[in-house]
Amino acid sequence: MIKVLKAGFYASIQDRGRVGFAAMGVPVSGAMDMFSAEVSNSLLNNDLDDAVLEITFGGTELQFLSDTFIAVSGANFNPVLNQKEIRQNKRIKVCEGDVLSFRKSSLGARSYMAVKGGFQTTKVLKSRSQFKNITQTFRVKKDELLAIKLHPKDLKPTNASLKISPNHFVSSFIECFKGPEFYLLSEKQKKILLNTVFSISSDNNRMGYRLKETIKNNFFSILTSAVLPGTVQLTPSGKLIVLMRDCQVTGGYPRILQLSESAISVLAQKTTNSELKFKLNFI
Amino acid sequence: MKLDKNITYKSYGNQAILIEWEAVIHKEILNDILEFKYKIEQQKEIKFSDLIVGYNSLTIKLNQPFKDLEIEKKVLKSIYSSKIRVAQKDHFIWEIPVCYDLEFGIDLKEVATKKRLTIDEVIQLHSEKTYTVFFIGFLPGFLYLGGLKERLFFDRKPNPRLKVEKGSVAIGGQQTGVYPVDSPGGWNIIGKTPIPFFNVDEENPCFAKSGDLIKFKPISLDEYLKIKNKIEQNCYQISKTLAQ
Repeated sequence: MIKVLKAGFYASIQDRGRVGFAAMGVPVSGAMDMFSAEVSNSLLNNDLDDAVLEITFGGTELQFLSDTFIAVSGANFNPVLNQKEIRQNKRIKVCEGDVLSFRKSSLGARSYMAVKGGFQTTKVLKSRSQFKNITQTFRVKKDELLAIKLHPKDLKPTNASLKISPNHFVSSFIECFKGPEFYLLSEKQKKILLNTVFSISSDNNRMGYRLKETIKNNFFSILTSAVLPGTVQLTPSGKLIVLMRDCQVTGGYPRILQLSESAISVLAQKTTNSELKFKLNFI
Repeated sequence: MKLDKNITYKSYGNQAILIEWEAVIHKEILNDILEFKYKIEQQKEIKFSDLIVGYNSLTIKLNQPFKDLEIEKKVLKSIYSSKIRVAQKDHFIWEIPVCYDLEFGIDLKEVATKKRLTIDEVIQLHSEKTYTVFFIGFLPGFLYLGGLKERLFFDRKPNPRLKVEKGSVAIGGQQTGVYPVDSPGGWNIIGKTPIPFFNVDEENPCFAKSGDLIKFKPISLDEYLKIKNKIEQNCYQISKTLAQ
């Protein structure tokens, strides 16, 4: 078990999400920065489907109630184990009683902690990803006990750590494809969409990121149709919304762009006031 | 109404394909979408994780990114036009008990007054119709229902309520629906059902599916409480009949 001493700003258990339930209106969910979550699992030779802890903006403190191995990837919240700094992207042995604290971020918005064998919290609809009205709680809480694999097969401690390109956190380019309603845009609107440096409003969370800059339009709603994580919607007020992992399965605003899978992970590390530019990829 | 059955295939990112029909809300379009969906479910060539139905669309989420849309299109077109008989899925008419008591139907008076109807007429107009489940979206277990009578069309509230209770039966614009969970919402609430529309503990969390039919049956407050009690004790069966 791992005991949550401090929940921090927002932390939740996430895996690769709920696949196959969209027809019932169930969002995919899953790690916002899937790339970093996979890195943390890989460092422990875990299955890529194993659940990890997603920590947003730090402040989370955990106590290990048994020995195991962990790996921390994604945003750097300068984590300390028993007050001693630990390295990110490296396999680390922890012992019963050890306390791991995530502090403030120096880079990025979301950190991922994998544990050997993965978190063993309850699966609901084939996934451990926490989501309101699907799992009992939608985030981890103070004093909660999180189940982990007991007696994991011993791993060799290693001094090697993985080098992750800082580009994943600092690049402002967001790679995307034309969305199904891209064709509605005039040449002028396309230029604005692809040349503007957009900034993220304070309205950003696991469901979606609203951007501050607007694109004037007189588009009608479309007949309600599927939306996906990474879909960029253009609202009648001109605001752009980039849908993220917890988004609804259907929507009615024109879908003008679709982020690539890796771009969703890049965006997940950005937060209020971060800047971005859409870079169109042709298929 | 003559419907154009021409369909278009679009890429939706590099891991999903959007298939679109004429932009109208019509049962015949839904039937065509569902038939295509069943055919896709029964083939092995295209590997997908989810099939999402919209009013005039079907979105296929693929397991892997595709390289060439034209190749996928060709395969899909041949699946669409294949004459293989699809095992028709059974469609049901679900009878949903609704208590239109003013205690629950907090907007019922306003709807009736503005529509120049009596409350009983609103209840009758709402419950005599059989609605078609087009698809499920917005929230887990939220059914998009087609078939609301024009006399009951009623604009959404200018300011949505922060909390609409689970089970609330409501009218929003040209649509009617049931809130499956507590949620913010701008629709006008005319009643409440004790039936849960989404339950993760069930093997099939949402009893209804695209193409099913829904009929609302007015019940008294007393019956509402009785059914609610039965549901809590796990001994209530929603009444259903096979649709023709």
